[in-house]
Amino acid sequence: MLTINITSVYVDDQAKALEFYTDVLGFVKKTDVPAGGARWLTVVSPAHPEGVELLLEPTGHPAAKTYKEALVADGIPFTSFAVEDAQAEYERLSAAGVRFVQEPTDLGPVVTAVFDDTCGNLIQIAAQKG
Amino acid sequence: MTGKSSLAYKCAMSEVLFKALADPTRRVLLDELTEKDGQTLFEICGRLAMKHGLSSSRQAISQHLAVLEEAGLVTTRREGRYKFHHVDTTPLRSIVERWPIP
Repeated sequence: MLTINITSVYVDDQAKALEFYTDVLGFVKKTDVPAGGARWLTVVSPAHPEGVELLLEPTGHPAAKTYKEALVADGIPFTSFAVEDAQAEYERLSAAGVRFVQEPTDLGPVVTAVFDDTCGNLIQIAAQKG
Repeated sequence: MTGKSSLAYKCAMSEVLFKALADPTRRVLLDELTEKDGQTLFEICGRLAMKHGLSSSRQAISQHLAVLEEAGLVTTRREGRYKFHHVDTTPLRSIVERWPIP
């Protein structure tokens, strides 16, 4: 049986990413060990400390940079996080200075919004209705 | 001469305008941008898929937006690394100028 225990985002700068993903978004650091020239750096949701980890992975490969820029230009999020209330999170994060490229939008079964993670990615938050 | 080429230009523009309006997907795009102006391609695609059940590919929607842009009904604005689409209904004025509403 295979288990999904990790997902990753490519970040321009690991130290800056850790600050944003913890201080601003509210995740907590789980693992931080040297790995080659970079760090194996993961965060988790405080609501699920034993849940799926988010790996803050350096944008090492040149093609990753091109890929990320193309996604941002079309407004496409790199990944998506679940929230209880998209409007409330939008207000909380906006107040913290986070730049949204898509305000909360009602898409029927789900309300989504998209913001800039300051590390080269757009990130979606999604609240399932009901 | 100037008058003639200006007329030719007007005819060409109205062709482009009516062609742009003739497609139902493009009319839905205008509806969605009218509801909320200034959207990324991702948001537009999400609205079409989730609210209208349209399964057009991102490339197809991008082409529809290009047709609307050619007709002057949509403009794009680059803001840093992001690109937003805006609706502009100004070209529609030529329709009521041509066939005035009493």
